[in-house]
Amino acid sequence: MRHFLVLLCCLVGLFSSPAFSADSTTSHSLSDNQAPPALAPLMLKLTQEKYSKLLPVLKEIEANSNETTASLFRIMMQGDLYFIKTNKQLVQHFKDNGKDLYQGIFSQKVIADVTKRSVTKIKVNNRLRGYLRTAIARIQLTSASAEIRLSAVQELLSNLDDDTVAMIEALYSSETNKDVKAEMGLALAINTALSTELPNSTRIAAIHRLSSSLENTVRNKLTQLTNQDNPAIKTAAQQALSSISQRTERFAFLNQLFFGLSLGSVLLLASIGLAITFGVMGVINMAHGEMIMLGAYTTYVVQLMMPNYIDYSIWVAIPAAFIVSGLVGVLIERLVIRHLHGRPLETLLATFGISLILQQLVRTIFSPLNRQVASPSWMSGSWEINPVLSLTLNRLYILAFSLLVFMALVMVLKKTSLGLNVRAVSQNRNMAKAMGVKTDWIDAITFALGSGIAGIAGVALSQLTNVGPNLGQDYIINSFMVVVFGGVGNLLGTLVAAFSLGIATKFLEPMTGAVLSTILVLVFIILFIQKRPKGLFPQKGRAAE
Amino acid sequence: MKIKTLVSALALTGATLVAVPSWAADTIKVGVLHSLSGTMAISESALKDTVLMLIKEQNEKGGLLGKQIEPVVVDPASNWPLFAEKARELISKDKVDVIFGSWTSVSRKSVLPVLQELNGLMFYPVQFEGEESSKNIFYTGAAPNQQAIPAVDYLMNDLGVKRFVLAGTDYVYPRTTNKILEAYLKSKGVPEKDIMVNYTPFGQSDWQSIVSQIKNFGSQGVKTAVVSTINGDANVPFYKELANQGISSEDIPVVAFSVGEQELSGLDAEPLVGHLAAWNYFQSVDTPENEHFIESWKTFKQDPNAVTNDPMEATYIGFNMWVNAVEKAGTTDVDSVEKAMIGQEFPNLTGGTAVMNKNHYLSKPVLIGEIQDDGQFETVWETDGTVAGDSWSDYLPSSQNVIADWTAPIHCGHYNTVTKKCSGEN
Repeated sequence: MRHFLVLLCCLVGLFSSPAFSADSTTSHSLSDNQAPPALAPLMLKLTQEKYSKLLPVLKEIEANSNETTASLFRIMMQGDLYFIKTNKQLVQHFKDNGKDLYQGIFSQKVIADVTKRSVTKIKVNNRLRGYLRTAIARIQLTSASAEIRLSAVQELLSNLDDDTVAMIEALYSSETNKDVKAEMGLALAINTALSTELPNSTRIAAIHRLSSSLENTVRNKLTQLTNQDNPAIKTAAQQALSSISQRTERFAFLNQLFFGLSLGSVLLLASIGLAITFGVMGVINMAHGEMIMLGAYTTYVVQLMMPNYIDYSIWVAIPAAFIVSGLVGVLIERLVIRHLHGRPLETLLATFGISLILQQLVRTIFSPLNRQVASPSWMSGSWEINPVLSLTLNRLYILAFSLLVFMALVMVLKKTSLGLNVRAVSQNRNMAKAMGVKTDWIDAITFALGSGIAGIAGVALSQLTNVGPNLGQDYIINSFMVVVFGGVGNLLGTLVAAFSLGIATKFLEPMTGAVLSTILVLVFIILFIQKRPKGLFPQKGRAAE
Repeated sequence: MKIKTLVSALALTGATLVAVPSWAADTIKVGVLHSLSGTMAISESALKDTVLMLIKEQNEKGGLLGKQIEPVVVDPASNWPLFAEKARELISKDKVDVIFGSWTSVSRKSVLPVLQELNGLMFYPVQFEGEESSKNIFYTGAAPNQQAIPAVDYLMNDLGVKRFVLAGTDYVYPRTTNKILEAYLKSKGVPEKDIMVNYTPFGQSDWQSIVSQIKNFGSQGVKTAVVSTINGDANVPFYKELANQGISSEDIPVVAFSVGEQELSGLDAEPLVGHLAAWNYFQSVDTPENEHFIESWKTFKQDPNAVTNDPMEATYIGFNMWVNAVEKAGTTDVDSVEKAMIGQEFPNLTGGTAVMNKNHYLSKPVLIGEIQDDGQFETVWETDGTVAGDSWSDYLPSSQNVIADWTAPIHCGHYNTVTKKCSGEN
């Protein structure tokens, strides 16, 4: 979780709101401090130099800097540092309710009458950004918060120059926090292992110390050492490397497994609605993908309507997408599919036509361009368990969400009277009718349920992929594949099929490439269906025709 | 309103030909062959509007050779064989004098035999893999040496990159470009083990394991960059995954050849900030010509947020060169215009002058930009002058000694400088 915070403060979407810069990652007393007087001429220089010549200026600022002025660097790294054209005052840009506002760097007070036209941006490129990142870390080494110090040391691991090592060495003995001290020790050990003027025994001890770490930098440095002439160091480094790689391989396997589960969850979400309309009702619905697309577009519209509450928009979008796609589903069922009952070929053609109409409708209303759906901040980034294993949060949430939806659906089918009726109609329509079940009504409800769930899948997919008119087409084939592979009419089969196909694809991919792995999986399914036409879990009993 | 949109939706679904009112008898006809439906509509419809805007402006200036220019717009619907049919229709039935069209290489290859058979003339405005030169086509987009090779030079010389991931969508443009790049990198002393090539299908949306492979490849202590020929909307999940797995542009920069302002307008640019793109044009370049062009585009589209991009500039240069060539030749006859085209000069929107070379490729400046959070590019590097498009790459063994020259005495699209023979290939 600590790593996750590091990530938040250093890399990912630093939202340009003042609220963010006031939280724990920045200094606690920004508003009370003014810029140190030594900085004033340097800050003026920032506004005058071309950005290819900014690096020396920044280095001078760093030399005169304390933790408070680190905020200057942070604002600059985010690309929010501007200056007012007339008096060359540096200001921080932020957006409030879609309006561009500018505030003093240290005072944090909004400066009135400053508009987009009266300011110029101080540009940053990758080289400057890289420098700023390590500079912020160096300044933060003396931070009061252990959390920040730890992230600073981790950031500096890959950039250990003499100055940095000297800084860490000076701070090491006075460090009180256990984790930070360990991380500093690691940094010093890297330095010791690399310094050729030290005696072998000291260096080998340092190498042993390194073998317990999974950090990438450590592996790189050890690899460097294995290429050296000194035989004792070479063997020690090789031993350390092999013990590290044993552990990383295990984590790499777990990572791969997670990728597979995540792909499986996407397949599950996309196909679970189809498992109902196709599996339970027997309707070949080629417009299923468009139901997913409508769900994704609903998310987009919901976000348009609540631009200031993106973080919560998902919770509104899920029921909204269910309702929109469900309603369209009912319409399709009432107007088209009902009249084609028992004629699968006509149903297939009619629903294919509907899918084209829906696509073009969306193209006309929303334009053929993809729409931009923002990810809530709590879904961005990843959960770094250790330097080798990190799980991306959006996929983690979607995995949990897909299982939740699956469970809810099973509950509805198994425990409610609606579910009982649905199962009755799907097993024997005439008998159910004779028992007083309104089969017509049940058909409509079932189709609405399947379409609505497709809509929910659209909400989840909008977080992973493009929201455009063709979104549905990308998933329709996979959905049919999963349902047929799992066994038509069997929800558990859909679950197992989705996850096994997901895992198989992801384990094949690194070996064969993305194109071939898809082909191999398809070939496997064709062969499997040849052998077992009814899928993994065929429906048994008299009811199954 | 709803009924209106529904009706127009239905009309669009069925229609393949957008009706154009007939003008007075004596006009110069310009065919517009860009997909207005299907997957390529995203990119191509903007080019159709660009041509229409340029025609409108030219007509307001008094037309061409004293006649009005009349656009004939057809929709090949992202369907490659349909491009050939529509081109045939434009030339034989509508009798157009020139065609502006195509985006994907496969659609251009589909049109090519028709153009040669009927002696038509086409302007192709998109960056592509080169390895082609036809008497009937003028290529105003970038060849690999005007986009890919300068980008790799920038990575090696300015960013100190030593390891390269060549990631692309699985079709002809990325495959050929990556072949050229691989040969180029090897000629610069980059060993085989420091080049990773990866292809993905169109519309790839699950990038987890590929990005994690790239992460591994890039964390061996040597500066690594991704050279991306990933096409279309597969880019969005790719960059999102990069950001989610904690790879920033400072660690592993991605330089893309298919990501422009148009593509960025459809997505949240936050995770892409700092990544690079190589083009011959950026909307952000500050010149009076560009400002005027952007202003007229926004007015024409009636959208204050409309963006311009590189293929639009290529269309702009192509159209204006054609107008000047027609005026110079005094006729729209294909052979005369083709002769007049070579050597044509026209100012770029980014400054400097584009020149049409003997091989039907342009000389243009190359720019490299970093993506900003507003979806625009910040130019970080540009070539000193212009770079002449190389129709047959010098880095591929099969085309090393081949040139194209459509002037006398060679007059050939595939001329071997060693055997002094014209193969008749295009």
